[in-house]
Amino acid sequence: MTLPEFFGCTLIAFGTPFSLFVFTIANDSMRIIILIAAAFFWLLSLLLSSLLWFAIVPLRDVLAFGVVFSVLFQECFRYIIYRILRSTEHALHAVAEDTRITENKHILAYVSGLGFGIISGLFALVNVLADMTGPGTMGLRGGSEMFFVTSAVQVLSIILLHTFWSVIFFNAFDTNNYLHIFYVVGTHLFVSLLTLLNADELYWASLLPNYIVTILTAVLAFKVAGGTSKSFKRFVMCR
Amino acid sequence: MDAHVAPSSSSSSAASAGADGSLSGAAERLERPPRRQQSQQRSNYGSNAQEGINNADQADGAVLAVPSVIIRESASRPSRLNAGGGGGDGECGQPVEEEQGLKYGAQHVIKLFVPVSLCMLVVVATINSISFYNSTDVYLLYTPFHELSPEPSIKFWNALGNSLILMSVVVVMTILLIVLYKKRCYRVIHGWLILSSFMLLFIFSYLYLEELLRAYNIPMDYPTAVLIMWNFGVAGMIAIHWQGPLRLQQGYLIFVAALMALVFIKYLPEWTAWAVLAAISVWDLIAVLSPRGPLRILVETAQERNEQIFPALIYSSTVIYTYMGTHYAPEQPQSQSESQPQAQPTASSSPSNSNSTATTRTTHNSLASPEQPTCSSNCRPSTSRASSSRGNPRQQDNQAAAEGMPLVTFKRNLHGNEEAAGFTQEWSANLNDRVARRQIEVQSTQSGNPRRANEYRTVPAPEQQQPETQEERGIKLGLGDFIFYSVLVGKASTYGDWTTTIACFVAILVGLCLTLLLLAIWRKALPALPISITFGLIFCFATNFLVKPFMENLSAKQVFI
Repeated sequence: MTLPEFFGCTLIAFGTPFSLFVFTIANDSMRIIILIAAAFFWLLSLLLSSLLWFAIVPLRDVLAFGVVFSVLFQECFRYIIYRILRSTEHALHAVAEDTRITENKHILAYVSGLGFGIISGLFALVNVLADMTGPGTMGLRGGSEMFFVTSAVQVLSIILLHTFWSVIFFNAFDTNNYLHIFYVVGTHLFVSLLTLLNADELYWASLLPNYIVTILTAVLAFKVAGGTSKSFKRFVMCR
Repeated sequence: MDAHVAPSSSSSSAASAGADGSLSGAAERLERPPRRQQSQQRSNYGSNAQEGINNADQADGAVLAVPSVIIRESASRPSRLNAGGGGGDGECGQPVEEEQGLKYGAQHVIKLFVPVSLCMLVVVATINSISFYNSTDVYLLYTPFHELSPEPSIKFWNALGNSLILMSVVVVMTILLIVLYKKRCYRVIHGWLILSSFMLLFIFSYLYLEELLRAYNIPMDYPTAVLIMWNFGVAGMIAIHWQGPLRLQQGYLIFVAALMALVFIKYLPEWTAWAVLAAISVWDLIAVLSPRGPLRILVETAQERNEQIFPALIYSSTVIYTYMGTHYAPEQPQSQSESQPQAQPTASSSPSNSNSTATTRTTHNSLASPEQPTCSSNCRPSTSRASSSRGNPRQQDNQAAAEGMPLVTFKRNLHGNEEAAGFTQEWSANLNDRVARRQIEVQSTQSGNPRRANEYRTVPAPEQQQPETQEERGIKLGLGDFIFYSVLVGKASTYGDWTTTIACFVAILVGLCLTLLLLAIWRKALPALPISITFGLIFCFATNFLVKPFMENLSAKQVFI
C-alpha cells in the first residue's frame, strides 16, 4: 500500500506542475534557466525566514510567527526577482531565441512563478514523500490516514497559487495596481495561516477555502493576462 | 587513485584557454552602450549587408538562430580593431558578440545541465539505494587520519591534514601531467589515462555491480557477471579512447564520473570530504586563473599545438553535430571564416593573401583589422557577404574563448584560436590541411545555405572529412567538475534529507549558470568549480542546520508557506 500511495501522492502534487514544465518550459533553454533562478531566489527567502525562526528562540514553537515572516520574505523575493527580470529585459530580448519571452510579459511572470511554486512544493513535500514509501504508514497509531493525501493536495494548490500570484504580482507592478499587490500578499498570508488548522486535522476547513482562493486567483490571473470569458469559451470549444 | 584525481582536476579547468578572447572582451565592454542602436541601424544598412543577413537567417535559423548575430558581427568587427574609429557599424559588433555569447551560453547551460543532473542523479540514487556507499569503513592511502575521535577539534585537524595531503597529491599529479604534456610524452599520458579508465570501467564497475546485486538481493553466477563486465568495459574503453556513438561515449563518461564520485564519497571521511571540496575549488581557481597555473598552461599548450585535450578527461557534447550536420550549417560558415577572413580583404579567393596579412598579427583582434577597411570601402556584394560570413568565425572564436574555459570548451574554439594565433607558421606549413578543412566547411555551408554558395566558391571539399571537422565543435566540461559536483550532492544526500539534496542541486546549477554568465561577460578563462561549490557548500550546511528543522516542523504540522 505504501508504494501506490507514494506514486499517487507524487502525481497528485507534481503531475500538473510537471506537465506544465514539459509543455511550456522545457523547450526553451532561457525559460529553464529563469525557472531555476526563481527556485534559487525562493531558497534564499526560505533561508532568511528559517534564519529568523532559528534566531528567535522563544518563538520557535509559535509557527504562526514563522509563517507570517516567511510569507513576507517570499513576497519580497518575488519583488526582487521582478526587478531583476525587468531590468535585464533588454539583455533577455537580445539573448532569447524565442522572443515571445519578452514580448509577452506574462511569460516571464509565469515561468518565475512556476519556479517558485515547484521549489516550494518540493521542499514542503519531498521528505513526506520519502517517508511515504514505507516501511511505516500513517494512521495506525493515532494521526489521520488522510495526512499524506491532504499534504499532496495542499501542495498542488500552493504550486498553482504561486504561479498565479506571480502573474498577478508582476502585472500589478507593471501597472501600479496596488490592489492586486495587496491581494497577492493578503491571499498568500490567508492561505498559509489557514493551513495552521491542519495541525488539528480540520482538513475541510483549510482545504476548501484554499481551493476557493486558488480558483479565484486563477480567474484573476487569467484576466490579468488578457483573457476574457469569450476567449475562454473559444479555448474550450477549441476554436 | 592518483591518476584519477589528477586528470579529473586538470580536466575541469583544462579548457581554460581563451587568452586572446579576454583582450577583445575588454575592448568590447567599453563600447557596449552604442552597439544596440547600431545593430538596429545595421539591419537597415546596406542592401548587400541585408542580403547577407537574410541568407544567413534562412540558413541558420533552424537551430541556433545565429544568423543575425553573425552579420552584425562582421560589421562591428572593424570597429573593434580600430578602437572605435570604424564608425557606427564597428561599434555594434562587440555588443552583438557578447549577446551571442550569452545566447550560446543559454543553450550550453542547458546542454550541461542535463549531463550534470544525470551524473548527480546516478550518484544520489546509488547512495540512497545501496547502503554500501553510505558508510566509510575502509580508507584511502591519502587520508591517514580517520576522524574516529568524537572531538570536533580533532576531527577538524584530521580533515585539514587529509585534505592537505590529498591536495598535494592532486597538485603533484597535475604538474606531472603538464610536464609530460610539455615534453610531448603522449604515450605516457595516454597509457596513464587508459590505465585509470580501465580501472574505473572494470574494477570499480565490478564492485558497483556486486553491491548493486547485493542491495537488491539478486543472485548472479560468475560467468554471467564476467560476460557483462567484459562487454561493458571493453565497449567503454572503445567509446572513450577510440570512437563510438556520441551518446554512448557521453554515457560512459557520465558513468565514470559518477563512479569516481561514489569512490570519493565512500572512502573519504565525512569532514575530509567537505574540506577536500573546499580545497579543490580553491585549487581550481589558482590553477586556472594564475598566470602560471598548470591548467592554464595545459590549455594554452594544447592551443599552440592545435590539439585537443585528451578525450578521457573531458565530457563533450560534440558528436551530436556530426549527425545533425545540416542543422548546424550556420555555424560552419563561421569556422570557415576563421581561416578565410584574412584572405578576403583584398581578394576573396586566395589564401596566400590572407597569409600575408595574418603573419603580422597574432591575436584575433589584430587579424580583424585588415578586414575592416575592406568591408567599408569595398562594398561589392560578394565582399560584403564574405565579410559578414567572416564575422562569424571571429565571433565564434571569441565566444569559444569565452565559453571555452575550464568548464566549457568549444573544441572548435581551440582550433579556431589556434588558427588565429598560429596563423603565420601554421598557415604556411599546413596549408593543405587548412584548405581542406575550409573547403569542408564551405561545403557544409553551401548545403545549408544554397544562396551563399557563391561566396565560398573556393573549395570543393572531400566529403569524408566533414564529420571530422564537425566533431571538433561542441561544449566540453571537465570530468573533474562532474565528479566534485556529484560528490557534493551525494554527500549531502547521505544525511537522508531530501531538502538538503535539492538545495545543493539548485545551488550548483545556479553556480554553473553564473560561471557561464561571467564567461560571456569577461571572456576570460574561468574555473567551473569555485562558484558552484561555494554555493553548494553554503546551501548544504545552511539547509542542514537551519532550514531542515524549520521545514520539518512545518511539514509535521502540515503548515504550508
